[in-house]
Amino acid sequence: MGWLNAVVNSARSLFRRRREEQALDAELQFHVERQIEQNIGAGMSPEEARYAAARAFGNAAVVREQTRESWGLGTFDVWRQDLKYGMRMLAKNPGFAVIAILTLALGIGANTALFSVVNAVLLNPLPFPQPDQLLTLHESKPNFEQGAIPYLNFLDWQNQNRTFSSIAISRGFAFSLTGIGEPERLQGEWVSASLFGTLGVKPQLGRDFTSEDDQSGAGPVAMISASLWKRKFGGTPDVLGKAIRLDGRDYTIVGVIPASFNLRVGNFQAGDVYAPIRLWGHPGLQNRMAALGLHGIGRMKPGVTLEQAGADLRRIAANLASAYPDANRGTSANVMPLKQSVVGSVRPLLLVLLGAVGLVLLIACVNVANLLLARSTGRTREFAIRAALGAGRARVIRQLLTESVLLAVAGGALGLLLAWWGTRVGLAALPTALPRAEEVGLDGRVLVFAIAISVLSGILFGLAPALKISNAELHDVLKEGGRGSSSAHHRVHNALVVTEVALALVLLAGAGLMLRTLARLWSVDPGFDARNVLTFDLSFPPSLMKAGSAAIRGYLRNVDDRIESSPGVQAASLLFGAFPMSSEDDWTFWLEGQPKPQSASEMNWALHYVVEPGYLKTMHIPLERGRFFSDQDDERSPLVVVIDSVLASKFFPNQNPVGRRIMFNGYDRPAEIIGVVGHVKQWGLDSDDQNTLRAQVYESLRQQDDGVMPLMISLGLGVAVRTSSSVAPVSAPAVAIMSPPAGGMAEPISRSLHGLNGEMVVYDFESMNGIISDSLADRRFSMILLGAFAALALVLASVGIYGVTSYLIGQRTQEIGIRVALGAQRRDVLRLVLGDGSRMALIGVAAGLVAAVGLTRFLTKYSLLFGVTATDPLTLAGVAFLLTLVALAACYIPARRALRVDPVVALRYE
Amino acid sequence: MDHKTDLLQGTLDLLILRTIALAPMHGWAIGQRIQQISKEVLQVQQGSLYPALHRLEHRGLVKADWGPSENNRRAKFYSLTKAGRKQLEAERASWERLAAAVAQVLETA
Repeated sequence: MGWLNAVVNSARSLFRRRREEQALDAELQFHVERQIEQNIGAGMSPEEARYAAARAFGNAAVVREQTRESWGLGTFDVWRQDLKYGMRMLAKNPGFAVIAILTLALGIGANTALFSVVNAVLLNPLPFPQPDQLLTLHESKPNFEQGAIPYLNFLDWQNQNRTFSSIAISRGFAFSLTGIGEPERLQGEWVSASLFGTLGVKPQLGRDFTSEDDQSGAGPVAMISASLWKRKFGGTPDVLGKAIRLDGRDYTIVGVIPASFNLRVGNFQAGDVYAPIRLWGHPGLQNRMAALGLHGIGRMKPGVTLEQAGADLRRIAANLASAYPDANRGTSANVMPLKQSVVGSVRPLLLVLLGAVGLVLLIACVNVANLLLARSTGRTREFAIRAALGAGRARVIRQLLTESVLLAVAGGALGLLLAWWGTRVGLAALPTALPRAEEVGLDGRVLVFAIAISVLSGILFGLAPALKISNAELHDVLKEGGRGSSSAHHRVHNALVVTEVALALVLLAGAGLMLRTLARLWSVDPGFDARNVLTFDLSFPPSLMKAGSAAIRGYLRNVDDRIESSPGVQAASLLFGAFPMSSEDDWTFWLEGQPKPQSASEMNWALHYVVEPGYLKTMHIPLERGRFFSDQDDERSPLVVVIDSVLASKFFPNQNPVGRRIMFNGYDRPAEIIGVVGHVKQWGLDSDDQNTLRAQVYESLRQQDDGVMPLMISLGLGVAVRTSSSVAPVSAPAVAIMSPPAGGMAEPISRSLHGLNGEMVVYDFESMNGIISDSLADRRFSMILLGAFAALALVLASVGIYGVTSYLIGQRTQEIGIRVALGAQRRDVLRLVLGDGSRMALIGVAAGLVAAVGLTRFLTKYSLLFGVTATDPLTLAGVAFLLTLVALAACYIPARRALRVDPVVALRYE
Repeated sequence: MDHKTDLLQGTLDLLILRTIALAPMHGWAIGQRIQQISKEVLQVQQGSLYPALHRLEHRGLVKADWGPSENNRRAKFYSLTKAGRKQLEAERASWERLAAAVAQVLETA
């Protein structure tokens, strides 16, 4: 029970501290007096006796302190004492405390903010039960690792697999909602009945889909999101069983998906409505050649590995390839952990940013260490006296570290606030760039991280001054009268300045390279002129689908007329299939005169654009040979196509392709090539060149078969419009945070089309510049953050250099006074003072350049750069110059002050 | 700052426990007594004595009471608790074992 006693006594002593202290004093006092008595008894004079007793007793303060420590919880008391003392010291020097705490708050805040992002995006498991069992499933094709899965193949995968507890499929779809208020466009998904069960998402209300819902002939049912439920159905439970009219068809609502469901992976995006995919009725669902953009999600059985699951699906795919060679030869299966599919692309980016923000914290620490060091000079005497009174070295270091950790924790607390605010503002300003952004917040792990880096940085920046002070030679310090001016001291200061400059340079170099990358990307020619181009989507009245192809063609002409006659519209085109940087569609073909390949996978692939005659004028794509479509190319005229320069040089090297004919897979007649246009960067400004599928072929929308017409109406069409005025103010594009808004064109066009039919939905207006800008969102995100960190680093470093220089010059006031008194010119003094500062800055720049060359390699390794090398001389020279300039300015200001020193005042200092 | 090794600390504890086993004593007297009995060989520093006493008190091995001293002042008298008596026996036994073993080695080795 000894420990219990100890705890009780410790607790008691904590509360009875004062009384115990008095008792101890009395006890020791008694001891000394008893000794004096004895000494007198031995024949000493009272005075002698007193001295002898004091000598015998030794250092009373030390005895008291050591005895107190034996009271238990002694460490705690010492901490408390140190803490109290530390706070008093900080309060005595509020300017210093405020600057140090702010500096640390910025450093720790930036780190905590970024860590909370890394934590949410990379570290936290996905918000589903047993998320490690979830995989994304794709069909791999000769062109794509992760292609879409034809529905019939999916059904075979579902029935024949042995390693999955369930698999599901989905396909994004925009539904038009009518019957409840204004017609509106809802983002939704066609899903297999198994989707929510596979993910482990339970409906908040009602039931999940069952396999009966997904049989042909089942009554139409749908599940809706909690937000749609609240918005359109008042959030009342009687929504179950009600009908919702989507694309002109009534679906019975059977369940409500909780608002917490938020998944974005590949083409899947949590939306407002979900319906069983069989209800889609798309003919492609019965065709193994048609993939229809379906991608899968599967849950592995417990204990199954990724490899086993992949092998299982590849086995099924191989069977399908031999059973249906026409459609499936050359295809296989591809699986990837769901988490990797969700966050994979931003991982390197976040790690680079985390490294960068770590450097910012280092600079902040160096800055505060510098401040502490400067201040410690003033305190050398204080600590010498403490040492003389018996304070041990460890004790002094502990006191100083307590003070610095106190600073760091105060900075950390403020930093946490900054991080909380910063992540909110930051994520709101940088939309779409980051997966799982909605999950970012401060949780326990972030809190622990903030506390840990606060304490660690407190120790880091406190250690140098603490060691220096505790090392000081007692006698020298007391003799010197408190002015520590040893050259060793300056060396530490100088080393800190060099470090700071070097760290700042690394960050500036990184930010500079990202800026150059974006500038390079913006100067890449996308193959069209994005300025003044506006795009939007159309969905048609459901009744039109059954109106017959002739009526549909007529209707589409009316749509064309209305768009083209809207004020400010110079040219326009309806779009189906692929569109640069936003949607993709491909088709297979072979050249006329060659034998028809055995299977689709042996045919040639091309990106497939279905456009109208106005497309070329809208997009300003250059015509290289022949002609583009005209109004005369319609359903009654021979089938014609236009190809791009890549297809031309690949299949018709050194020949004129105009007049040659190609065979589209699944078409019953050949198509004649009538023209060649320039290549368009379908895959984005940065990665188009590396893509294997680059050949492009254009078809006329008006020449599409009668059978395709209802399909276009049910899927909806895109529109591209060239306007006479600027669509949006194009701010300096490289640094624009948000995509430019669509401007004032949207209103009149919508109104005009609604005049044609009130059930049409016109939505998703976006400027072409906005689309390009969105395609660079990742890079812009990293450039902005790196730039912000670099700016922070630059400010901190220049404040640091300024602080050190003014401090060192302050220390030399006397010397400068003497020099001036002896006739030194201002120029000489300036050179003397500036020389030191600039030498340090230059050494720092040199060290920083070496480090930058080493570290920016990571940017290349993670392929974050485009068009510049990691050692881009222009960037490195630029940031080196900038930093030298800033450092010199930071030295110059205190140097000028030194010039004003009055020699008489300076000499009187002594 | 002189740091005592465990052995020394334990030894001082043992000496203190033994000294106050017969009658309650105050700190000064304990120091004097150890010095006296050891014929001035063992000099107990105040810097060790009082921390040791307080430590023992905290472990519940000794208890302290304020009472009048031989010169009629208020002094803090330390006496053994039951646990302290047990501890004294245990430490004494182990010390004797150790001493005997060391002696054995010195004589025969």
